[in-house]
Amino acid sequence: MRKTSLGLAALAAIVAAPALAADIQPAVLYDLGGKFDKSFNEAAYAGAEKFKKETAVEYRDFEIQNDAQREQALRNFARRGNSPIVAIGFTQASAVEKVAKEFPNLKFAIVDMVVDLPNVRSIVFKEQEGSYLVGVLAAMASKTEKLGFVGGMDIPLIRKFACGYVGGAKAANAKVEVFQNMTGTTGAAWNDPVKGGELAKSQIDRGADVIYHAAGGTGLGVLQAAADAGKLGIGVDSNQNHLHPGKILTSMTKRVDVAVYDAFADAKADKWTGGIKVLGLKEGGVGWADDDNNKPLITPAMRTAVDKAAADIVSGKVVVHDYMADKACPY
Amino acid sequence: MSVPHRELPAIADYVLLPLINVTVAFLVSGLVVLAIGENPIEAVKIMVFGALGYSEGIGFTLYYATDFVFTGLAVAVAFHAGLFNIGAEGQATLGGLGVALVCLAFDGAPWWLVAPFALVASALFGAAWAFLPAWAQARRGSHIVITTIMFNYLAAVLMVWLLGGPLGKPGAMSPETRTFEEATRLPLLRDLVAPFGIDLGQSPLNPTVFAAAAAAVFVWALIWKTRFGYELRAVGRNPTAAVYAGIEPGGIVIAAMLISGALAGLLAVNEVMGTQHRLLLEFTAGAGFVGIAVALMGRNHPVGVVLASLLFGMLYQGGAELAFEKPNISRDMIVVIQALVILFAGALEHMFRPALGRIFAPRGRTA
Repeated sequence: MRKTSLGLAALAAIVAAPALAADIQPAVLYDLGGKFDKSFNEAAYAGAEKFKKETAVEYRDFEIQNDAQREQALRNFARRGNSPIVAIGFTQASAVEKVAKEFPNLKFAIVDMVVDLPNVRSIVFKEQEGSYLVGVLAAMASKTEKLGFVGGMDIPLIRKFACGYVGGAKAANAKVEVFQNMTGTTGAAWNDPVKGGELAKSQIDRGADVIYHAAGGTGLGVLQAAADAGKLGIGVDSNQNHLHPGKILTSMTKRVDVAVYDAFADAKADKWTGGIKVLGLKEGGVGWADDDNNKPLITPAMRTAVDKAAADIVSGKVVVHDYMADKACPY
Repeated sequence: MSVPHRELPAIADYVLLPLINVTVAFLVSGLVVLAIGENPIEAVKIMVFGALGYSEGIGFTLYYATDFVFTGLAVAVAFHAGLFNIGAEGQATLGGLGVALVCLAFDGAPWWLVAPFALVASALFGAAWAFLPAWAQARRGSHIVITTIMFNYLAAVLMVWLLGGPLGKPGAMSPETRTFEEATRLPLLRDLVAPFGIDLGQSPLNPTVFAAAAAAVFVWALIWKTRFGYELRAVGRNPTAAVYAGIEPGGIVIAAMLISGALAGLLAVNEVMGTQHRLLLEFTAGAGFVGIAVALMGRNHPVGVVLASLLFGMLYQGGAELAFEKPNISRDMIVVIQALVILFAGALEHMFRPALGRIFAPRGRTA
């Protein structure tokens, strides 16, 4: 066993040697959703593409087909001397941990999960902060004082979005009521726009007039249902305001693209750091989307309120509760 | 009925015809590769090298093939009894539950102690999942194709419930059980053969591959060397005639499906105990459905099933390497190539039969 890893390390060293001269050889490993999922993985793709465009440095990428391929693909990257290798999604954690140990001289990064190794950069987002801001906007935009939230897969990460959203909404208007639904308990819940639309419709029937989704592809159905009913939707991850201009209040942006871009750029500029990197409002990792599509929807009062909330979070005056810290939501 | 196909010599039926089908499938795949602007010859080179060119690739090919041998044999056994078992996916999933329960119960115990129980549990759970569809077919005439498909969905829903609740790891993001202790996991073949100077790289190949080989021999002996096998084939050929021979078709149908389900369940030992070391959703990754193609292509004979499994193992492993090497060729392209092989080897398997029949016919008559 040790012999094999030594042999592999030697092989990696041989492959990596010319790589040093030719600058970095970055790589991205997407999750099962695939790189064109219009959401999370695609954001990573956008970040990698932006880096390629700006620096003309080519990168490798791979979309896995089954779970056994996670480790295989990471190792394939590593043996070819690719570094940094960015793995997208929390499901890659055990594979990253294993392969990063085998190749201690290469740089790895993982998004949405913490892997505690010196050569791994773990990038996690403070989704609760961005969700808090869109919660403030939602509560102020609502006439019925009833809001909706549609999550994808029922996991702590998505509860974190919901909790921040409720926190922001209640901070803006204590009387607001928030209906919450999760689409499912498996990966399929990320890609079920029909069910997403049905959940949104049922929330609208109960009086909700602003609905926030954190549900990947499922959310497209949520936004569609809200727009069809003349209500407002709130997008997630990427800026989705353009999907239904004037019918989407805003989007909670989670800059996975920035995370990937930074990982590549830091490695190129020789400024790479391992360890945990938390991207919150302060770091520009999360935020709310403000563009021409939703300009008419954001009143001056709302803008003032959300700017104040953002400033309070950045200054530390308001600490938005992190659901994952204690698996509970105090709001 | 239309005019039956002319009988072909065994060599043509079992070797030549599949070979032609696969070749045509690859030629058409080559055209597809050409159409997206890549060099098909280079693509084939990468695929073959990725699957067979180095020790780790071979390990992965055999690892995939292990899964397909189990499901292929499962479909083949049912087929000999005239049953089309589409439920190997669900039966394998339940097999995974059996393996996981054993491994979690004996967590920390040495693997050689746990493995026999895991094998038995996977087979029992797989067979149990096949029992109801089999019973409904034998006693109530509910069509096995429909019921086994429905049981695939039931298996998926059951797993979601179990892994989201009672069996799930508390606080985990993805629905899965806790990881088994190191001692309880099946050893990797690469570690077992390393002292003999054989290098298998980092492939997840484990001793289950020997169980798959043994299962192939078992199925061959069962179908062609036992009285039960004779009865099974008799029911498959003609259930009415079988009754006149004193065979009770219902019992045979149930027995055949139980064996089929047990074989499919064994796949879980390779995946759950050997590779993933935990129970997770959809660990079967479609192997149950590939098994149908494997059985069709292998003419429901264990030797054919093993060969077809190796081919599909190569397609999976070589395909992954191809997608890795050529950014233009996405994983969806690989599925297209695999589908073409299934199309030509399975659905269109009789396309070249008349032509072959004409070539072989004159000699056949004079003989």
